Amino acid sequence: MENKLIILIVIILGAIAIAQLVRVYEISAKLRKNEEHEVSNRDNRLNARLMLGFMIALFLGFIYLMTAYGWTGRGVAASVEGKETDWLLNLNFVIVIMIFFFTNFLLFFFTFKYVKKPGVKAFYYPHNNKLEMIWTVVPAIVLAVIIILGLQTWNDLVAPTGKEAIRVELFSKQFDWTARYAGQDNTLGKYDYKLTTDNNELALLTSNTIDSALNNMLNGSNGISRIQKLLNNRDTIFNDSTSNALRADLSRKERLYRLLAQMKANHNKKLDASAWDDIIQKDTLVLCKGQQYEISLRAKDVIHSAFFTHMRAQMNAVPGMPTRLKFTPSMTTEEMRKSKNNPAFNYTLMCNKICGGAHYKMKMIVVVKEKAAYNAWMASKKKETFKDKYFPAPAAPVAAVMDTTMTN
Amino acid sequence: MASVAHEGHGHDHHDDHHHHEENFISKYIFSQDHKMIGKQFLMTAVFMGLVAMILSILFRIQLAWPGESSDFLSFFLGEKWAPNGVLKEDMYLGLVTIHGTIMVFFLLTGGLSGTFSNMLIPLQLGARDMASGFLNMLSYWFFFLSSLLMLVSLFVESGPAMAGWTIYPPLSALPQAVSGSGLGMTLWLFSMTIFIASSLIGSLNYIVTVINLRTQGMSMTRMPLTIWAFFVTAILGVLSFPVLLSAALLLVMDRLAGTSFYLSDIIVGGEMLANHGGSPLLYQHLFWFLGHPEVYIVLLPALGLSSEIIATNARKPIFGYKAMIGSILAIGFLSFIVWGHHMFVTGMNPFLGSVFVFTTLLIAIPSAVKVFNYLTTLWKGSLILTPAMLFAIGLVSTFITGGVTGIILADSALDIALHDTYFVVAHFHIVMGMSAVFGMFGGVYHWFPKMFGRMMNMRLGYAHFWITLIGAYGVFFPMHFVGLAGAPRRYYDYSVYTETDSPTADMMMDLNVIITIFAIVAALGQLIFLFNFFYSIFRGPKAPQNPWNANSLEWTTPVEHIHGNWPGALPVVHRWPYDYSKPGADTDFIPQDVPLAEGEVEH
Repeated sequence: MENKLIILIVIILGAIAIAQLVRVYEISAKLRKNEEHEVSNRDNRLNARLMLGFMIALFLGFIYLMTAYGWTGRGVAASVEGKETDWLLNLNFVIVIMIFFFTNFLLFFFTFKYVKKPGVKAFYYPHNNKLEMIWTVVPAIVLAVIIILGLQTWNDLVAPTGKEAIRVELFSKQFDWTARYAGQDNTLGKYDYKLTTDNNELALLTSNTIDSALNNMLNGSNGISRIQKLLNNRDTIFNDSTSNALRADLSRKERLYRLLAQMKANHNKKLDASAWDDIIQKDTLVLCKGQQYEISLRAKDVIHSAFFTHMRAQMNAVPGMPTRLKFTPSMTTEEMRKSKNNPAFNYTLMCNKICGGAHYKMKMIVVVKEKAAYNAWMASKKKETFKDKYFPAPAAPVAAVMDTTMTN
Repeated sequence: MASVAHEGHGHDHHDDHHHHEENFISKYIFSQDHKMIGKQFLMTAVFMGLVAMILSILFRIQLAWPGESSDFLSFFLGEKWAPNGVLKEDMYLGLVTIHGTIMVFFLLTGGLSGTFSNMLIPLQLGARDMASGFLNMLSYWFFFLSSLLMLVSLFVESGPAMAGWTIYPPLSALPQAVSGSGLGMTLWLFSMTIFIASSLIGSLNYIVTVINLRTQGMSMTRMPLTIWAFFVTAILGVLSFPVLLSAALLLVMDRLAGTSFYLSDIIVGGEMLANHGGSPLLYQHLFWFLGHPEVYIVLLPALGLSSEIIATNARKPIFGYKAMIGSILAIGFLSFIVWGHHMFVTGMNPFLGSVFVFTTLLIAIPSAVKVFNYLTTLWKGSLILTPAMLFAIGLVSTFITGGVTGIILADSALDIALHDTYFVVAHFHIVMGMSAVFGMFGGVYHWFPKMFGRMMNMRLGYAHFWITLIGAYGVFFPMHFVGLAGAPRRYYDYSVYTETDSPTADMMMDLNVIITIFAIVAALGQLIFLFNFFYSIFRGPKAPQNPWNANSLEWTTPVEHIHGNWPGALPVVHRWPYDYSKPGADTDFIPQDVPLAEGEVEH
């Protein structure tokens, strides 16, 4: 509380101090008969010199920041694609830094040099078509080069991957990431958000998961049956808002139930296999050096963004819309630790689209291994497929869904 | 006023006005006079800007000293949002969101264009007032109402909107996702809806006035560049703000009526929503269809003001007047076909992305033309470095510095690595924030005598300029390097790096502390301005009629404001507004209403 008072007092005293200073200035100005609309030569020259001084400070500051911080945080690009973009980024930087120095120099230097001198009249120079043509055409040519190089790189970066790329899905929700490897067949199983249940967080599509989702919707802890029972119970009377909320909930669930039932009717059992062999991995994303990855992105609740800063890769994960990105790690975690001279270094996958209060904590450690180590790790995951997790041994068949007497 | 002699100039209906005794309410509150409305816009915007600046200091404190208790934070935010002086995560996002919203819309759109379009369009065109004084008044009061709603949203229990100033759904559509998406977001949407109405009414009025109410001899190619900038800005606003309104309206319906424009396949807070088929990308397209022209709605008036200030104080005609008009038009046109560069990594079709790369980089050409024309205007001038002139020169510097990084961000391949990092924050704060604010300050210093009939204190103006220039560059220059190191924006802290890459975390912390200190210094510097501004309104020395020896028509009006602007007949225009230091003339300026001398050729 005292501190708050002090803050207030400081603000008030500051205002009073300025007021006093100005009064002193005003009185002295009156004595000197200074008019506020006429800048004295002294003020003009002083500001002109300050402008030049500021330019020097700006340039020195820029050079210092560039040498001290320009590349420390980034480090070298850790993916094949990232190396390409870094090269292009450096080229662009050279161009724009030259423009920055050149034009800022002219601006501040002219301000310094052409400040008003008594008796010197300004040069009446309204236009010159030739000059204007030059500074339209030259930037256009430079930009043409930038555009062509940029689009070439962009086309490479977004081109489809071949069969040899490993397919991985990154599933995002508030506030964590889950990875899903495509398994032996290198095909990611299909999914539908309506299939989400406690033991099927990623909502993978198989005959069994459809059944359990239907069952969950009907008989789950907050399922259709329970709500109907609540509403039909003659012993309780809800107030309007509760009862409306329950009815809305019920109608939404009934609709979802119908959609699930449709899904079941149309389901192609052949698709099951591609989901069963998927490997779901939390906490760490393990990747193989020199291996291209085709990464599919999915969001459960709001938009997230997969940001691999060291790989120079980024793509949003959008609810209801699949997105993709690709990259080929080119340095293992160990190599990067040596390059950064930091044995504790780890690659991270961050969320880079505002997604809620804990947005800044939403991350996943990424480990890049040599091929042999990666294969060994993959082999250790052989018995941890979706099927193994879904049917904890011994496999228990999911209770068949009762054909309900749902009324619509 | 009533005794003013009127010559028959087709303005008979004005005579009626002059006979009205104006009372306090009709003069200061529900005024229909464009000068008073301009001042009302300015006052409101200065207040809103002050609020947004304090918000930014609050979250800068958190960024520089994360998790440390701060009395400053608890002073402003109290126990609820800063328990023990430590900012809450949710409120951090709330502060960032409202800071952005107020700065972009309320200070730099309402404040900049609202103030100076109102003030200068009739005065520089030689018109008695805006085409519709009533609509003009309505425009201000809508603006006032929307400002009020936005401020109120800071005080609701669940917090203000927290989805970033771009309020991307689904985050902004789902109260379960973040607390600010409840009542706070509703208020945000209502406030912005009213703001858009205000902006549209204002813009239509500006357009009609520029087209219809130019005085005799004021052809389009004799208009000052300020008017050209306001005119194109108003057109951009009329064409793009309705699209934002539709985006907001669809969001309101998703939130309140259960529609699925932006929502599809969502499970949030353990609840499975039945919405299917909507697209968050639809919102982003609609938003940025306004959002990018908005950048130029903010920037063009600032460039227009600085063109006028630079020409006047360099005592030289603006170089390449026609090319300047051309580049304003080119920027205005191109600004409508570049919005996709905000969406390179959102999942938009990559081919579409490459089209936007092309169109976006084209904007650099008219921008370069403008910069080189400013430089040539300074060349061999006789510069009078008033505070306004310093701010205008500062604007050219920030326009360059912030503009060149735009070339990098417009390149989709490079944007992948830098998108949504502090590099972007640095870029747009310099090119849009600093430039527009400098333009606004320049405008206030330059036209203060016209607005209030008094002069601002020049020494305080100099102090304000230098603190602001150094402070603002000190804030946003190092930010590029934080971004290059891979720091995402809208992060409450950078603990993610502490755990995985501590040297990088240390570097970010170093720079963040420096940035915050500069921010605090720059913010304190604004107190000088506030003091100078309000003090001079009441106690500044009386202004002469034409303090800067300028050519444009506003300086031919009397210092005392009168309804109808000119006491007698409207001035007749004989020349462009940039006849400074014309060879053969006695003075180094020839006002627009001076007829051509014998044998004199127009520029």
